[in-house]
Amino acid sequence: MNSSAALSVEDLSFSYGGKKALSQVNFKIQPGECTILLGPNGAGKSTLFSLVTRLYDTRDGRIELCGFDIKRQTLLALARLGVVFQQTTLDMDLTVMQNLRYHTALHGMSRKQATQRIQQELERLAMYDRRSEKVRQLNGGHRRRVEIARALLHKPSVLLLDEPTVGLDVPSRLSIVEYVHRLAVEEKLAVLWASHLIDEIYPGDHLIVLDKGQVKANGTVDDVLKVTKTPTIKDAFYVLTQGEQA
Amino acid sequence: MRLLHYWRAMWGIIWRELWRFVTQRERFISALVRPLVWLFVFAAGFRAALGLAITPPYETYILYEVYITPGLIGMIQLFNGMQSSLSMVYDREMGSMRILMVCPLPRWFLLLSKLLAGTGVSILQVYVFLAIAWLYDIQAPWQGYLWLAPALLLTGLMLGALGLLLSSFIKQLENFAGVMNFVIFPMFFMSTALYPLWKMKESSELLYHLAHYNPFSQAVELIRFALYGQFNSQTFIYTLLAFIVFMAAAIIGYNPSKGMMMRKGGA
Repeated sequence: MNSSAALSVEDLSFSYGGKKALSQVNFKIQPGECTILLGPNGAGKSTLFSLVTRLYDTRDGRIELCGFDIKRQTLLALARLGVVFQQTTLDMDLTVMQNLRYHTALHGMSRKQATQRIQQELERLAMYDRRSEKVRQLNGGHRRRVEIARALLHKPSVLLLDEPTVGLDVPSRLSIVEYVHRLAVEEKLAVLWASHLIDEIYPGDHLIVLDKGQVKANGTVDDVLKVTKTPTIKDAFYVLTQGEQA
Repeated sequence: MRLLHYWRAMWGIIWRELWRFVTQRERFISALVRPLVWLFVFAAGFRAALGLAITPPYETYILYEVYITPGLIGMIQLFNGMQSSLSMVYDREMGSMRILMVCPLPRWFLLLSKLLAGTGVSILQVYVFLAIAWLYDIQAPWQGYLWLAPALLLTGLMLGALGLLLSSFIKQLENFAGVMNFVIFPMFFMSTALYPLWKMKESSELLYHLAHYNPFSQAVELIRFALYGQFNSQTFIYTLLAFIVFMAAAIIGYNPSKGMMMRKGGA
């Protein structure tokens, strides 16, 4: 296994009872690389995320985060992981600051260190002035920004985002897409972004197309276009998933 | 450094739970109204109907309100334990449980912290309830109020662990009504909370045995003795063992490789 990879998935299979959700999935993500996990509904994206975050147990195959096996070195691996889940996971009745402090406590950060990191991350997302507001008062886009800030507080090496722009208006969506792409480059962060929105893909991105639990394509945007002999990602996706809606 | 991490995380979880409780005024009031209605209405009505012999820890004849108070303390903790489990199911459906589960600490520790947080909330409720009961002339010796705290910690943990265990089985929030019918009510009514064991023996031998081995009865008796400054080792051991069993089962229930999470297809 490649120890330089930030996230490495090898021969990963998973079933719910008799129903196969993932079959022999293999891929690697390097630091500084933004990888878009593209697949129609039910392709296995959420199952893959649940396995990488150890919410489900890995029975067949292997997942490594920064060289740490998620099954055997769980805590070391999880310490390097930042996650933004599809559903909002903020406490609506707490303020932005209280939500973030809770996260820093879970990661064992000192009060001083936490205050400093919270300020840094919120300022980067232009949310610092709203730190004392209850999350309930924020709109969907701002809640997402807070969740991204939270996922980065403990300086993870790998950032997972499970369809984070679902339900957001276009400007909020574009600003989050742009921000995360910038983060990957500036912070040398390995990003795995599950999406079914093709316009969230940048030309320099790495692309994994997942369909019916199998990896149908894995490479740069150019690689995927070449293999499928199609002019656009939309067409490539159509070919790879045999006409399913993204 | 590692220990400091554990300490900070545990404190963070407890703080969040206490803060949520004191800021949710409706929850605070409704947690108090239930036992107070039982005390002021039910107990007052039953006072005339139920004669009570002198049984330890009481040294004299007591009013029914006095007898029922430890039972109502147990009720507060029972409901609180179930409420915590309800909030775990809610958290799991809403996703905030995931944030807890993906932090780099062992799952057993996270569950224990969550349990301590819930118990802390229930202890707060109990002392407010006792303060109101004091004004109603239900007064225990002052040492009793001190002895009560460690007893409440154990009984709260045991009932909370039971809630935690149930929450690992409940797939959706809607199923919680089933818990009310099949767990809370039988546990409460088949216990020494409302009537002493000897009274039950008079009417049914089976009921007597069920009530005797009901962990909730043992918790109520531990509370009853502690409130009068006495330590009852039998109820203490029984409650402690019940806590260990429930907690171990809950940890297995929340373990990704052994538990219910896989079957449910959600976390």
